Order: sequence, then structure tokens, then C-alpha cells
Amino acid sequence: MTLVVEAAVLGILTGGVYALMASGLTLIFGVMRIINVGHGALVVLGAYLSFALFRSLHMDPFLSLLVTMPVMFLLGVVLQLVFIRPLKTDREALSVLVTYALALGIEGVLGYVFTTNFVELRAWYETASFEVLGFHITWVYVFGFALCLLILGALFLMLYRTSFGGAIRATMLNRTAAQLIGVDVDRVAAIAFGIGVATAAAGGVVFGITNAFNPGSHYDLISRLLTIIVLGGLGSLRGAVVAALIMLVTEDITQVLISPVWANFVFFVILVAILIVRPQGLYGVRVRDRI
Amino acid sequence: MSLLEVKDLSKRFGGIVAVDSCSLSVPAGSITGLIGPNGSGKTTVFNLVTGFIAPDGGEVRFKARSIAGLGPDRIYALGIGRTFQLARIFPRLTALENMLVPVRRAGLRALLSRGQWGHEKERAMEMLAFMDINQVAGTLGGALSYGQRKLLELAAVMMAGPELVLLDEPAGGVNPVLLERIAEHIRHLNRQGTTFLLVEHNMGFVMNLCHEVVVLHQGHAIAKGKPKDVRENPAVLDAYLGT
Amino acid sequence: MAIPAGRVTALKGLALVLVAILALILPVIAPDPATTGMAVFTVMYIGLASAWNIMGGYTGYISLGHAAFFGFGAYSFGLLLVHLNVAPGYLPFVLVPVAGLLTALLAVVIGWVALRTRAATFVIVTIAFMFMLQLLGENLVKLTGGGAGLALAYSHDWGGDFFNIPYYYAMLALAVLSVGVSWWIRRSKFGLGLLAIRDDEDKALAVGVPTRSFKLTAFVISAVLVGMIGAVYAYYVTYLYPQFAFDPLIGISMVLMAFLGGLGTVSGPVIGALLLEPAQMEFAYRFGASRLYLVFYAAVFLIVILLLPRGIVPSVADLVRNWRHRRQVGPAQQGLASP
Repeated sequence: MTLVVEAAVLGILTGGVYALMASGLTLIFGVMRIINVGHGALVVLGAYLSFALFRSLHMDPFLSLLVTMPVMFLLGVVLQLVFIRPLKTDREALSVLVTYALALGIEGVLGYVFTTNFVELRAWYETASFEVLGFHITWVYVFGFALCLLILGALFLMLYRTSFGGAIRATMLNRTAAQLIGVDVDRVAAIAFGIGVATAAAGGVVFGITNAFNPGSHYDLISRLLTIIVLGGLGSLRGAVVAALIMLVTEDITQVLISPVWANFVFFVILVAILIVRPQGLYGVRVRDRI
Repeated sequence: MSLLEVKDLSKRFGGIVAVDSCSLSVPAGSITGLIGPNGSGKTTVFNLVTGFIAPDGGEVRFKARSIAGLGPDRIYALGIGRTFQLARIFPRLTALENMLVPVRRAGLRALLSRGQWGHEKERAMEMLAFMDINQVAGTLGGALSYGQRKLLELAAVMMAGPELVLLDEPAGGVNPVLLERIAEHIRHLNRQGTTFLLVEHNMGFVMNLCHEVVVLHQGHAIAKGKPKDVRENPAVLDAYLGT
Repeated sequence: MAIPAGRVTALKGLALVLVAILALILPVIAPDPATTGMAVFTVMYIGLASAWNIMGGYTGYISLGHAAFFGFGAYSFGLLLVHLNVAPGYLPFVLVPVAGLLTALLAVVIGWVALRTRAATFVIVTIAFMFMLQLLGENLVKLTGGGAGLALAYSHDWGGDFFNIPYYYAMLALAVLSVGVSWWIRRSKFGLGLLAIRDDEDKALAVGVPTRSFKLTAFVISAVLVGMIGAVYAYYVTYLYPQFAFDPLIGISMVLMAFLGGLGTVSGPVIGALLLEPAQMEFAYRFGASRLYLVFYAAVFLIVILLLPRGIVPSVADLVRNWRHRRQVGPAQQGLASP
């Protein structure tokens, strides 16, 4: 029983990371109606950037975010301008292929620069832990979770309290209407993409601390992230957070109760179940377009 | 005999009641108009009848058979066609191909057999000629003018020989010459046996063309009858002017 | 006057015959294993890209998980071969359609679930199913051998230079089948219905197209062809690993080829495969070890999508159509757009 509770706690902590990564992904979909299949690769890129900073400057991973997040934000904006904005027709389908191509490109470059050996982000305090009610909890996980809460909180604040956030939400709800009330949707799209990529960088740090990774890790990541946003409902941030927690807690409990091997599988079982019962996801809306 | 019978049809979207216990009937062989101020629920009624949305309550009967809840493709197979407010055709298919898409009630085997193909193409060309757009048979739908699209849309819907056709603003966005052509086509098809129910804002068009008119206001049918009677009905005037 | 339509068709027919003859005698005029090996994979991808196009190109529902069917076909074949103790040689090719049938069953299940969603989510679901199958391949160790792989028997009589030849013809047969099915569908009312779904799914419903069953049918046909090609692949490589049988890169390659050639056309995927596969193999050979060939993929993909988004065949067809249009002033030609 204690194992289950411990697994649940771990699930919540890791769920936070996935919530952060998934929220960037669902934000991008909501604003631009594109599925960024390269989001996993961007997370891995963020992790590698922090890794490089650690290797050369011995910078603490969390501190490296001060560098990597702005850099990744700019990268995101550039990517959107160069590769996404030119897509005029058939945007949904083409964007999938474009972002997949970007993911492959990133994987290729990372593989070339860092080789395919697995690496991990280290922090000098990584083995430090504390005890609560008989459970061991490592500080890094807590910091990671706190970081996720912080950034998610900032994201929600931005969306719901600032006028730019309002512009983003307006674009998500109805692009044409937003244009009509004076929102520069192109600018919103570029910046939203940048924000999405910046959150990927943050997610990358926490992901990299808690997992060994290599350039090929993006496949596993993106399949999970995509599953999470489908479960939560495409475009819904609340959905992404809730879905991430549900998925990860279930996975970790399955790992403990059944076996680690089938824990991965549980993700897809949940996905299939949702698709059969409620295809639009938890917070999604069943849309009959263009009536 | 009424071909289409709608009884107490209701639909709400969240807090908005779009259709409120609406009842109307379309006599077989008629051209019936459905009019009402903006927001009175006309297009929603269309969507409910043709299966694009499911009703919250009430009945829809076609030839005495309940069709509420069926999907749009089944409803077309049963003999009800419709056009859309902004004429919709398939932009990447040619006009002729557009005509060949509609599926008759024959079932899956007929779709795969090549035997009927020749006949269908002939019929399609005839239909295009009837609408005077056969010269654009090889043009992609996306390259057609709006007027041509409207005519193509109607022609394609007629391919499966539907008994009832719902026209959503057939006069919308067309010049007077084309308007008269469209009215003539509708009259012609009606004489050949097709019943029409049309939503329209152009009062002249409605009064000249329709045998019967139903007036919708806030999702409810408030008047029905011959065009000139409805025009003088005080409740109708109130609905239009009061809004 | 413009070139009469009859003459164009005759020219096309002649070109087709020449290509067919060339394809049939290829192993005779270039018997070295390097060429025949490349031929096997090129023809394999012609089949894969054409098969994928039946779903992705015609209906517009992009499946990025077709590698699932490829791998499933491969493993079905492999397991049948091993457990039925079939003697190696020509006989095992009989199992290919059986693998295809099994893949059909899988496709019905996956398709039924995946098609409950609209096109955007569909892509994601297909990716998810592919990883699911890969996971199953890795973890059902007693069945598939897991990460250690599954060894298949092969004919020791087919020594040295000859080895590639039977597989080349098997792949060629499947490629011809794929292209043939694709062509037949394109000309049928079913095919028109698929294209209508791609253009405007709700409008298609409004004119009676049974979209769910049409989409599912296209999906299953596409999957069966891919599965059978996977089966021949399994027999060819003689050793199956989950990460190579369910390789996302195979799935993305067939998409890229169909895209490059032109989605929704019959000849597009063929041309795309003919252009890309030899290039791909060359690149993998030179840079494979260093992962840079992934950058090659990425670059080709991005260039194609951004510069030639409709693909080669439609763009060329447009040029020809405009040229012809300017040359004649008379009435419209045949009503149907060229394939």
C-alpha cells in the first residue's frame, strides 16, 4: 500500500513536468491549430542546452534556465516565422509534416554533436532527500515540481490577467473575430509559439534531471505528450494539466502494481478508452465545423 | 399530403434557445418559403431536418417516417437534399466530378460497378446543360464564379433525384438576372415533381415563387399561409419591425 | 489545335509499357547485388507510398502510424513462417496474403477507433497506435522474441547474387498491385467520394457520401497493402527487431514520397519513391553512422513542403494545363481532371 502511495506521489511530481510540457503543446494547437509533433524534440533540445552549459560552465540546471528559456523563446519565434507562417493552405496537415521534419532535423544535429549515448542532467544536490511520513522524497523532484508550478502559474496569470493573454485567448476562440477586434493574430501566433518552446526548455530541464536521455528520446516523449493533450482536449490548458496528472499517476501506480513493462502501455489504453467514450477529450468541445 | 412534417421541434445551444417548439409542414409538390427576421432559427431548422444537429425535442417526419437523429448521408439517401447559405461545392474537383459525387440510394455495390458510370456522366452533362453551365464542366470548382457555384451546387444536389430540396438563401449574393434564372430552374424542377422548402430574405423572390409561406420568429412558427395573406398578418409585421 | 486527347493517351500507354518492360528485365540487365538491392527497396517504397496515398492522399486523413501495419505484417509473416514450419524457398510467399488478411483485421480495429475523431486528432492517434504496437513487439517476448529479435528461415539455395531477385519480383508484384488499386479507386465513384471527403467532409455527407464507411474502407485497403509489403520485407531481411520493423522513419518516408510526388494522384507516389529512395539509401550509406542523414530527411521534407506544397505531378500538370489552355480557344475538353 505504501508503495502505491509513493507511486502516486511520484506520479504527481512527474505529472507536473508533463503538465508543463503538454501545456506548451496544447497552447500552440489552440492558437494556431497546428500539432507540433516536434515538441518532444524541443524538450530534448532544451535538456541538451542545459547539459552543454553544465558541461562547459558547471552551471546548475535550474540556473541555466535563465539562459535557455530566452534562447528557446527566440528559436520558437524564428521557427514559426520561417516554417509555419508560410503555410497557407491545408495548414493542419502540412504543419504536422513540417514539425516532424524539424524534430528529425533536431535529432540529427543533436546526434551529431552529442552522439547517441544517454546522458543525464546532474546537480550537486541531487541525492539529497528528506523524509515525510516514512517516504523518501528527493529534493530535485521537489524543485522540479515547484518550477513547473511556478511556470504554469505564470502562464495562467499571463493568459488570464494580461491584455496580451486576452489576445491569445481571443485568437484561440475565434481567429477571425480576434482579427476584427484588432488583434494582430500573426504576431500572437509567433509569440505563442515562442512561449510554447520556452516552456519546453523548462520542461527539458526537469525531464533531463529525472531521466536519462539521448537524441532519440523525443519519440517516446511526443507520443506521451500527444496522448495527454488528446485526453485533455486539444487546446485546453486546464485539460492538459489534469490529463498529465491522471496519466502519470496511473502509469506510476501500474508500474508498481503490475510491472514496469506494461506501465508504458497504460498510456495508450487510456487513450483508446477516451477515444471510444469521449473523442473530444475531457475539456474539449465536439465541433461540427462550418455549418 | 404533407411531405415533411415538423412537430414541436426544439434546440438550445447552452443558454440560447434557437428553435422553440417549432411546428410546420411542407405539402408535397409545393414550393414553400421559410421566412423570419435574422436569428429566428431558420438555418437551425434546416440543420436539424437534414441531420447536421440532433434535436433536443420534437419530431421530424418525412413521408410519415421519423428521421430525427439520422445522419446527413442517410437523410440524403432517403430523398432530402439541401444547399448551403454560402454555396458549397468541392473546390479541387471539376464541375463534372462535383456532379458525380452524390450517392444515390443504390448501396455499396453500385458505387464500385463501372456499369452505371457512363449513364451518370450523361445525366450529369444534361443537368449541367439545363443549368447553362455545361461549358465549365472541365473547370475546377474553385475556379468558378460565385453564380456558377450556386448553380452547380443545386445541379449536383438534384443528381440523386431527391423528392424534397431545402434551399438555404438561394437568392443570396446573386445579381437580378441570375436570380430570375434560379427562380425559373426551381419552378421547372418543381413542375417535374420536386418539392422545395426555401429560406430566404429577399421578399420579392419569396412572394413570386412560393405557394406557401411559414414565418419563424424566435425559433417558433408564428404564421403560415399564402404569401399575400402572410404579408398582411399583423403578427408578422410586428416580428419584423419589432426586432 | 492542341494535341488531341487520344494521342496523349496513346503516348501515356506507350510510356507505361516501356516502364513495365524495363522493370521486368531489370535484374537481367543489371544483376549486381548493389543495384538489385537498391531495386528491391525502391520498388518496396513505390508500393508503400502508393498504398499510403490511398488513405492520406485521397481522403486527406494523414496517417503517421502506417509503420504499425508494416511491422504487423512483417511479424505476422515471421510468426507464421516459424510456427507453421514452412520450408524456405518460394513457398513462404504464399503466406504474404495471409499476413495481409491479418493486417486487415488489425486495421479494422484501429480504424474504427481512430476515425472517431477529426483529421487533426486522427494523426495523433495513428502515431499512438504505432508506438503501442512497437511496445507490444518489444514486450511480448515469448511471442516475438522481444528486443532480441526473431530469426526467419531463408533459402540457402538462393546464393550470392541471386538472393535479391525473388524478393525484387515479389515487391514488384505488390507495387503493381498497389498502384493498380490506387488507379482503380481514383477512377471509381468510391474514389470521388474520398476526394470529396478531403475537400469538404460535411458537404460530402450532405450529398449522401457515407463518410465513415468510406474512410474505414480506404484505411483498411491501404493497411493491407502496407502489411503485405511488410511481410515480404520480413522474409527479405530474415531477422526482425521491433524498432526496425515498427520504424517511424519507414512510416514518415512513405508519407514524404507521396507528398513529393503529389498527394491524391496515382503517379505522384511512384515518382516520389523513384526520386527519394535511391537518394535516401545513398545518404544513409554515407552518413548513416553519424545521424546526419536525419538532417537530410528533414531538409528534403521542409524544402518540398515549403516550395512545392502540392508535389511534383500536380504542379507539372498545372503547367501543362495552362500551356494547353493558351494554345486553344475552343470548347472545354474532357470533363475529368488528369490523374
